[in-house]
Amino acid sequence: MKFVKYMSPKHSVKQLQEIACQVRRDIVRMVHAVQSGHPGGSLGCADLLVALFHEVMDYKAKPFKMDGKGEDIFILSNGHISPVLYSTMAHAGIFDVKELATFRKLNSRLQGHPATHEHLEGVRIASGSLGQGLSVATGIALSKQMNNDPKTVYCLMGDGELEEGQNWEAIMFAAHNKVDNLIGIVDFNGQQIDGSTKDIMGLTEIKDKFEAFGWLTLDMDGNNMGNVLEILNKAKSMSGQGKPVLIKMKTDMGAGVDFMMGSHEWHGIAPNNEQLANALAQLPETLGDY
Amino acid sequence: MVKIEILDQKDTRSGFGAGLLELGRTNPNVVALCADLTGSLKMDAFKKEFPERFIQTGIAEANMIGMAAGLATGGKIPFTGTFANFSTGRVYDQIRQSVAYSGKNVKICASHAGVTLGEDGATHQILEDIGLMKMLPGMVVINPCDYNQTKAATIAIADYEGPVYLRFGRPKWPVFTAPDQKFEIGKAWHINNGNAVSIFCTGHLVWKAIKAGEILAEMGIEADIINIHTIKPLDKEAVLASVAKTGCAVTAEEHQMNGGLGDSICQLLALNNPKPVEMVAVNDSFGESGTPDELLVKYGLDTVNIVEAVKRVMARK
Repeated sequence: MKFVKYMSPKHSVKQLQEIACQVRRDIVRMVHAVQSGHPGGSLGCADLLVALFHEVMDYKAKPFKMDGKGEDIFILSNGHISPVLYSTMAHAGIFDVKELATFRKLNSRLQGHPATHEHLEGVRIASGSLGQGLSVATGIALSKQMNNDPKTVYCLMGDGELEEGQNWEAIMFAAHNKVDNLIGIVDFNGQQIDGSTKDIMGLTEIKDKFEAFGWLTLDMDGNNMGNVLEILNKAKSMSGQGKPVLIKMKTDMGAGVDFMMGSHEWHGIAPNNEQLANALAQLPETLGDY
Repeated sequence: MVKIEILDQKDTRSGFGAGLLELGRTNPNVVALCADLTGSLKMDAFKKEFPERFIQTGIAEANMIGMAAGLATGGKIPFTGTFANFSTGRVYDQIRQSVAYSGKNVKICASHAGVTLGEDGATHQILEDIGLMKMLPGMVVINPCDYNQTKAATIAIADYEGPVYLRFGRPKWPVFTAPDQKFEIGKAWHINNGNAVSIFCTGHLVWKAIKAGEILAEMGIEADIINIHTIKPLDKEAVLASVAKTGCAVTAEEHQMNGGLGDSICQLLALNNPKPVEMVAVNDSFGESGTPDELLVKYGLDTVNIVEAVKRVMARK
């Protein structure tokens, strides 16, 4: 991992990288503990989520307000990467880090896929059945426009998830209706459960598609914290000008754990004891394990 | 048999439109979404008076439901409008995950339900929507019987916090409930007192049940007629009290037998007070093109079918 010198208002890039490193540790430990879950995409999106929740988004960690009035809001559409969401939110102070130990267990608020049903702070919509988050984010963005609330709604989607048609309904709607307080982010790791997105359903150039629908687009190196911050700030500067903004975020599935990278194999399987030890050796404990 | 007067002939969807307009004037949080059927849903007046609170989604029902969930998250009270078919079956997973499981305060308002949609045929005549919606945990399911009840129900659901499915229809239909009535979710309307048989009816078939009650009265059979406008939560007390008195029941609805009101009544009675039941409903079949009246006759949803069902069920007592 390349450490870039970049000072930002709340944290240095190095500090954010350290948080992301702990989040990655949590992800592999959480998935290992219950021998289920989705480590690959979670690891790939750790830098983005840490940048959003710990630096870029303007919100109060406590008390959690469902309506998020006056706050930036994050919607996770590809809900299977719940481990990264839970760990990032816990370390941001939204709920107790100790609760990460309950992930996917009976009577937990940390369901396999995020849910509001058990009243976990920070989650505003259930996701897991793919393709629905962008519509929800668009609806929240509309409510902010109606309320003259200048804050931004961020929505993370998977690249394979774009195969779901509902996304394109939302993409068309948001451009037509000038939903310009909406920033969509596509985790472009090129992998889905059955193989590479190229083989399963070629997406061609997604930026061209979004631009053709009337969105502004940006590229992001999603596993380079300096670039993540730079592009998020740029996206924010481009919003409010009549068009929604899409960030094509290039990531490595499994980023941070060498043997999990570069393949779809680690989309949805858990490491064994030996693999866990190997992964943790690559991810120093920076904030203390849960 | 109590005398029920026809006050007017109006479509229930216009009751929805009138209720929505009134909500627009009284509740600033109410917003409306429509998927390219504004005229059919009678949402034009709301759109005209409150353009900033009306969202045209285009022919994209999945996105409409998702956005409604988002608007509800942001503190709005969204009312979605399209045909019943596109309000339920087409968007079942969106409703399940983004609305019901997420506990969102979304009002799914569905017109053109059942065979009385008429000439458009079976692609549009959904007869499964009550079943689909009532199976979702936490979903309230309401099927009003006339213009006035639909208007009152539309207004009432804005004050209820949680997901609601409100089902109404296309044809002009007798108006026979009180204008400006207060609608209470889950509270059945006791239309006529009788001891011979219970008739539980919902939607357009409430009027048919009243006509059946008149015919039965002439035959010396006094029916206990109860309008179950709220299929979920069911007014269990009203149903059980009636059947305790009559000992048998007929259900009447413009829906499949599977999953409809009759199915809910049978479950309740089987668990609490097993008694004979006959169901006036569509029997595992799709509809077809035709006039509403022709279709009600062909699919066994007419007054005579309720009368015959009463005779059958009373013979089984």
